[in-house]
Amino acid sequence: MPKWAMAIDLDKCTGCESCMIACKVENNVAIVDPEQAQAGRVMYWMDMMTAYESEDTQVVRRIVPKPCFHCDEPPCTVVCPVGATYRNPEGIVAQVYHRCIGCRYCMAACPYTAKVFNWYAPKWLEDSACRPNPDVSLRMSGVVEKCSFCSHRLQQIKEIADLEGRRIEDGEYVTACQENCPTDAIVFGDIEDKDSSVYKLSKSYRVKRYMDDLDVKPKVFYLSRRTTE
Amino acid sequence: MDKDEILFKPIYETGRGFYITFGILAVILLWALAMYINQVMVGLGPTGMNQPVTWGFYIVNFVFFIGISHAGTLISAILRLSKAEWRRPITRMAEVITAIVLVIGGLHPILDLGRPDRMMNLLESGRLQSPLLWDVTSITAYFTASTVYLYLPMIPDIARIRDRGGKLKWLYTFMAWGWQGTEYQQKVLNRAINILMVMVIPIAISVHTVISYIFSMTLQPGWHSTIFGPYFVVGAIFSGIAALMIVMMTFRKVYHLETYLKEIHFRYLSTLLLIMSLIWFYFTFSEYLTGVFGSEAHEMEVIKYKFSGPFAPFFWGMVLCNFVLPVTILSFRKFRTMTGIFVASVAVVIGMWLERLIIVVPSLASPRMDVPLGIYVPTILEWSLFAGGIAVFVMGFMLFSKFFPIISIWEIEEGRSHAAKEVEERIASYLPGP
Repeated sequence: MPKWAMAIDLDKCTGCESCMIACKVENNVAIVDPEQAQAGRVMYWMDMMTAYESEDTQVVRRIVPKPCFHCDEPPCTVVCPVGATYRNPEGIVAQVYHRCIGCRYCMAACPYTAKVFNWYAPKWLEDSACRPNPDVSLRMSGVVEKCSFCSHRLQQIKEIADLEGRRIEDGEYVTACQENCPTDAIVFGDIEDKDSSVYKLSKSYRVKRYMDDLDVKPKVFYLSRRTTE
Repeated sequence: MDKDEILFKPIYETGRGFYITFGILAVILLWALAMYINQVMVGLGPTGMNQPVTWGFYIVNFVFFIGISHAGTLISAILRLSKAEWRRPITRMAEVITAIVLVIGGLHPILDLGRPDRMMNLLESGRLQSPLLWDVTSITAYFTASTVYLYLPMIPDIARIRDRGGKLKWLYTFMAWGWQGTEYQQKVLNRAINILMVMVIPIAISVHTVISYIFSMTLQPGWHSTIFGPYFVVGAIFSGIAALMIVMMTFRKVYHLETYLKEIHFRYLSTLLLIMSLIWFYFTFSEYLTGVFGSEAHEMEVIKYKFSGPFAPFFWGMVLCNFVLPVTILSFRKFRTMTGIFVASVAVVIGMWLERLIIVVPSLASPRMDVPLGIYVPTILEWSLFAGGIAVFVMGFMLFSKFFPIISIWEIEEGRSHAAKEVEERIASYLPGP
């Protein structure tokens, strides 16, 4: 059974935010009014986190792309009262929009603040050039949603691979953010496969994991030469 | 003429004041209902909640109301169990608080749901591993136990109203369950009450413990604490006693029950309030001292948010209302008048509400990740539903007092006829001698 993981190379990342845009379009993430977004209701599955830290005498601004971390032991799924969020055998933490009752307990329990909520009925662009992606289900008001590692792509690739009777090759299943990254800072793949590039990166000395001490085992990790976290 | 005629009076006579108050409250309730219907239509958007502050007033009030509900059944059971003779005029009111407030509190998580239409998923596909399901279970158990515990000691009084005739005779006949006051019936009733009061204590404690588990089972700084279970139970009893005294003082004033609810009752209850205030402070102190001493980075962020950040006025207001004010008022005989006790009780209720706010919001507002600090400003919708909740509480009490006596008449009578002799025998049995 593969286990999907993502490496984000902060030394390569330019902070161009194209991963955010790609994700938003690919996954039909709703467009939120500016004033609502200002009030903290902006919806991104792949968010851009700005952190400030001081190095010697200067303050450094760091920009970190932040998807859902798809923990191997997710704190969000254990608290869900109806089983609307769960971790599937391939390690993807999934959300069942049609079962979610909107109690937002998973959001309160997530240490990475990775989930977003549909405070109003979601809206999408009406433009004929930009229609919702037919492969991703549209959400309704009052449910929690989050990054799915573009699992709709996995379903398609899995079908093809099954038909041809082979394993999914490394680099065959790509997420939208990875595909759109101009500097190839995002690497995605099966971390159980010893030949995959994400596995090799996971052995790098540059690996940083957010909140490793909580032992929730996030499957999204960062690569950075900087010593401070 | 009955000796306790004054206790029956509110059932048969209703003044203009009642209708006016009830009308005002009904308007507030209707307003809140309209606001809620709007929320169901458009979603949770009109609230002040956001990311990362995903829980707001609804959860705060849920914890607060459930806390108030501990006044009743738990205190009444403890007083009954410890054979405190002064309990007699108090127990009924305490039990009514539980029944009403539990309904209000229990509905709050539903107000909070983004999809209330899918509420039944909790029963159809509920996961018992989730602390929210523990809540559903324990609150339902508590509600069942406490309504039965309210109803059973009412049976002799209902029979009394039935025998007086007058309005709604069919209702009282039905509810009196054929009570004739025979020796056998009394034996059965006493036995039932005794069983229930022992059962109700662990249920009541479990309810608030489990509510604290909602928070403490997560990994969030400020929530993930082993002290939360007992801390919440103490806080619940604390706010419950204060609410009980406010209710008692109001009824004493409105229905002229000065001869039943004497100063001595309030003095005893206020001693209990003082003790709970000190225990509450002890828990709060331990909770924050361990946090500050350990100085774990994320924990400190939350503590700073409370001590000196945007929540400082609420935090220090809570300390003032829950500790400084009640302790100063209740420890000195000079301040411990009826007005003093009333002020202390109101302060405690406000303070305990602030405490719930301080537990729920700051932990959410300063998450572990380097995302910007959250802000939470409740909107008119959330205030309206809060006001609606309080209106339901007062209306529930007003209605109850129009149908049933708010002081247990048969227990008062029993106190007059048997208790003195019983207590005398009991004391004799404590003393040296044969």
